[in-house]
Amino acid sequence: MSSHALRMKFIVLAAATLAIAACEKKSEQPISSAPPPPQQSSNAAPQANVNEQMYAPGSQEELEATAGSRIYFAYDDYSLDARAQATLQKQAEWMRKYPNKSVVIEGHCDERGTREYNLALGARRAESAKRYLVSLGIDEGRINTISYGKERPEVVGSNEAAWAQNRRDVTVVQ
Amino acid sequence: MAHPHTSSRLAGLLCLVILAVAWLVPAHPARANLVVDINNPTFEPIPVAVPSFSAQSQVPSRLAEMTQMGDDIAGVVAADLERSGLFRPLPQKSFVEQGLVPERRPRFPDWKAIGAQGLVVGSVNFLADGRIEVLFRLWDVYGQQQMTGVKYETTPDNWRQIAHRVADAIYQRLTGEEGYFDTRVVFVAESGPGTNRVKRLAIMDQDGANLKYLTKGDFLALTPRFSPNSQEITYLSYFNNKPRVYIYDLETGRQELLGDFQGMTFAPRFSPDGNQVVMSMEKNGNSDIYIMDLRTRKIRQLTDGPDIDTAPSFSPDGQFIAFESDRGGGQQIYVMRADGSNVKRISFGKGRYKTPVWSPRGDLIAFTYTSGGVFKIGVMRPDGTGERMLTESFLDEGPTWAPNGRVIMFFRGYPSRGGHVGKDELWSVDLTGRNLRRVPTPGDASDPAWSPLLR
Repeated sequence: MSSHALRMKFIVLAAATLAIAACEKKSEQPISSAPPPPQQSSNAAPQANVNEQMYAPGSQEELEATAGSRIYFAYDDYSLDARAQATLQKQAEWMRKYPNKSVVIEGHCDERGTREYNLALGARRAESAKRYLVSLGIDEGRINTISYGKERPEVVGSNEAAWAQNRRDVTVVQ
Repeated sequence: MAHPHTSSRLAGLLCLVILAVAWLVPAHPARANLVVDINNPTFEPIPVAVPSFSAQSQVPSRLAEMTQMGDDIAGVVAADLERSGLFRPLPQKSFVEQGLVPERRPRFPDWKAIGAQGLVVGSVNFLADGRIEVLFRLWDVYGQQQMTGVKYETTPDNWRQIAHRVADAIYQRLTGEEGYFDTRVVFVAESGPGTNRVKRLAIMDQDGANLKYLTKGDFLALTPRFSPNSQEITYLSYFNNKPRVYIYDLETGRQELLGDFQGMTFAPRFSPDGNQVVMSMEKNGNSDIYIMDLRTRKIRQLTDGPDIDTAPSFSPDGQFIAFESDRGGGQQIYVMRADGSNVKRISFGKGRYKTPVWSPRGDLIAFTYTSGGVFKIGVMRPDGTGERMLTESFLDEGPTWAPNGRVIMFFRGYPSRGGHVGKDELWSVDLTGRNLRRVPTPGDASDPAWSPLLR
């Protein structure tokens, strides 16, 4: 895909996100970053009935509870869908609240690619999220990235549900 | 930067002193009846007999040790020949003639009677100076003549390597191709849970013996590759959570970070002269191919563009580099000149072509292929013609060539089920696609790289 086509896709997705974000505001549902894949893993975002205040301000736990730390990608893709952008918007909000905090965005892949390519794809995924946060006004000096390729899956499994959960970025508070 | 988790020294690992001399080869070797055509796909393995090497000792107290060594050497030679798929060693208990020594002609009818076509007769002798002398003759049973003979002198702890050299000499005499048994494999030994795998560099002889771990597993280690002199390994380490290319010196155990760059460096490989390392570097999420001169430490960019360019591999003459790129959509294999010019796509099939690895003979490029949810190891000529698939499974990845360009090793992954991580194993296959076998490792293993011959 050419970079021009990519940019076009990005703009379209950004527009879609605004629409979805507007809808979510009307909803009574608590803000949650629940990932689209079916199986929740143990370290996914806590349920919304947990009081945010029990987390130390600026902690990883608080980020998980208030914004969500994970975004997910389609197979062999590194573009941010509306849900990913919504999560990143909340992460940006969180980062504005804690201007002294830095994060590392980890890019991860499923097991269905080769080792080297997945390292590169994970880097693209981490960079996608970083660019989006920067576009929301976060200083890029506060955002580091690392790719783990297919080396650190979240879920052990060789099926589409597991792969969908493993194609992810994880934002980690430093 | 020094790596704090280096293992203990492996001093002397790759610097064995072995004297080898062609021994009692007839001045005019008669026409051999016994030849192996390794290109024939319907080939039947040749029956060979490898009796225990006879034992002598100039120091009487070491005779028992030599007797054991004579058994062990024959065992290693027979196992090497068997694993090649080209030979079928006959069981020792079928042997009629006993007490063979290299100085005496065997009783050929005894060997013909059990169907042996080749007969290996050797001896091991403990010398007064503490070294051992190993010698052997390969006999053509039907032609009743010697085909080759070599004498080696070395220290007793090198006996296994001598056995591999004997097997190499036999392989070479019978196939006309260089052997590959006196080689090592560096790989990644895996353990621990699937979500937090421990990956350590490990090295072993090609038959799985003499396994040693080179790193402790504190940091992920990936994609090791030998230098042309087999003394160094370049690989990716997540030392301090920064994935970067390192060089590991097998002699000293020291590790060195290759350049201090902002982004990840990965997928390294040595140039055939050992003076350069070609690798991918990621900048702002984009991966291109770079080459570093190890003497000047200068780095040069070879590919440019918004695509993933990775898995570079030199041609053995150093003139070209094969690599994979998704610039055309999915991953395909491209070949360029070593200076980055003249890029040509060479794979055009429907699936995706990845991790090209140039054969040491230069005639073929091995690759990983994926399509429809299966992974295959295949080969094609450097111009993209003659594509052939050799294996297929849930995950076959990362081919590496035996130094004679006849055998490919790779790793095979199995699906994870019920929350249990699937195994990763090393496998080998020969160029005809026959003789697919597991390479023994004590635990899970991936990312193999075959050394050159250790001569």
